[in-house]
Amino acid sequence: MSKSISELEELARKCRVEIVKMVHRAQAGHPGGSLSEIDLLSALYANYLRAKPDDPNWDDRDRFILSKGHASPGMYAILAEMGFISKNDLESYRVLGGVCQGHVDMKWCPGVDFSAGSLGMGLSFGMGCAVAGKLANSKRNIFVMLGDGEIQEGSIWEAAMAAKHHELGNLKVILDRNRIQNDDFCEAQMRMFDIPAKWQSFGWNVMEIDGHDMNEVIKGLDFLIDNKDNPAILVAHTIKGKGVSYMEDNPSFHGAAPNDEQFKQAMEELGEVVA
Amino acid sequence: MSRMAATRDGYGQALLDLAANEKVVVLEADLGKSTKSLHFRKEYPHRTVSCGIGEQNMLLTAAGLAASGYVPFASTFAIFTERAFEQMRNGVARPNLAVHLCGSHGGTHTGTDGSSAQSIEDLAIFRTLPNVIVLHPCDDVSTRLLTNQLADINQPSYTRTARNKTPVLYDGREDEIEIGKGVVLQNGDDVAIIACGVMVSEALKAAEQLADQGISATVVDMHTIKPLDEDLIGRLAEKCGAIVTAEDHSIIGGLGSAVAEYLSSNLPKPLERVGVKDRFGESGQADEMLELMEISSPFIAEAAIRAINRK
Repeated sequence: MSKSISELEELARKCRVEIVKMVHRAQAGHPGGSLSEIDLLSALYANYLRAKPDDPNWDDRDRFILSKGHASPGMYAILAEMGFISKNDLESYRVLGGVCQGHVDMKWCPGVDFSAGSLGMGLSFGMGCAVAGKLANSKRNIFVMLGDGEIQEGSIWEAAMAAKHHELGNLKVILDRNRIQNDDFCEAQMRMFDIPAKWQSFGWNVMEIDGHDMNEVIKGLDFLIDNKDNPAILVAHTIKGKGVSYMEDNPSFHGAAPNDEQFKQAMEELGEVVA
Repeated sequence: MSRMAATRDGYGQALLDLAANEKVVVLEADLGKSTKSLHFRKEYPHRTVSCGIGEQNMLLTAAGLAASGYVPFASTFAIFTERAFEQMRNGVARPNLAVHLCGSHGGTHTGTDGSSAQSIEDLAIFRTLPNVIVLHPCDDVSTRLLTNQLADINQPSYTRTARNKTPVLYDGREDEIEIGKGVVLQNGDDVAIIACGVMVSEALKAAEQLADQGISATVVDMHTIKPLDEDLIGRLAEKCGAIVTAEDHSIIGGLGSAVAEYLSSNLPKPLERVGVKDRFGESGQADEMLELMEISSPFIAEAAIRAINRK
């Protein structure tokens, strides 16, 4: 039932359309990091993640923890495509009482395994899920998506050290290396130098890919799945705002909504006809 | 002479009691010897997660375990739980995950380690978090019982224990301990002294000193700071007409503040708060610290007289 490369690309395109629609409708939110992560999320959800949209709390499901919880439009878009929530639910993004809270929240939205918002927390939570999986003798995998700016938080490295200490081979991290954080490029805010080498030095298995080339995404996710005895991280090189020309590689669209004219342009670039 | 014990020993014993429940897991941040989770670790190493000296990671590892159906008990020094406050707030309290956090070595009673180790604000900060139960028991028996009760409650908690020994009050009175219910240890009509933790035995001593002056005091062990036993406080305010709170904690935000919040909104009566007066401690023996902070029994007795005179 796996989707082909072209099917995954089309899934990601549809998600991109929904991401831009959500942020435009709310006139707030984080489009840049949602667009950078979405090829990875599309492949993960469609072809890898063991979860049941009609039974989102199934005990033995794989977990997916969006630690960079501000990039929630990307997650809501794929959850809607997979059937965890409805397309109508996407209209509740940032709306009072809506399942699509500003940052992903396990108490509000089916299919969300972690209440995110503060950076640097998801990996530790994933570690707890991974320890639980081992205690339960389960084969479930725990996927955690981190932002690159996020790994400036010290708590990430507490978790990185602890995950290796406990040999959590069921813990799999995807790093969305889009090179931009809230205020500016990461390089300007806090240089991180050789990220793969840092994780390797903590004892993790590391692979680098182009996070927008679906063939490479598949190879990268295969790498994570095949690593069973060691924590592993996929460093996915991405472009913030990927797919919308004026958002691409532009720190201004980390957390800003397009105006009506920009929205129309985005829909055209994403191959969506606006009525 | 009553038996002397430290509340942290009651915590360690409770973890052993709870071990029969295979969902119970224990998390440590290199202080298991001090918080007394080490006994569990020795017996059940496969259900003990060492987090090294990393409290932030420990809190959220516990949250992940709780979200996966386990019942995690995590401990470190009270002061170091504060480093993980945001984890407790956003990762535990907000999703209402039943993580049970214990901070040992709370208060100035901790002693010679000095002010860096003497948490005097932990009760205040954790009390502000929705969903979180806040406990501060006074002896090993009640700590053991309350910790056991936590395992059956599907919401997070913070329990402060103390390093040093204090008189044991509940040998043979085990039935009286229940989360959310203050315990009346002594009945009197003139003033009610509401205390928690190591200050409960000081409050009993103060009541003796007051009795010598012909003043009869009620003494309450308010081991649960949140949810506060408002019914009991209301009854005592009506009966005695004057209240004193006593805690080895900042005067800002702890038990005294909680009682003041209730009284001022519902039943204004004279209230005197005995606590650490917006200052830090220093190195000293436990009893020396209570005197230096002006919270030992004579200060409680003086506060009681002030409260009575304000009736």
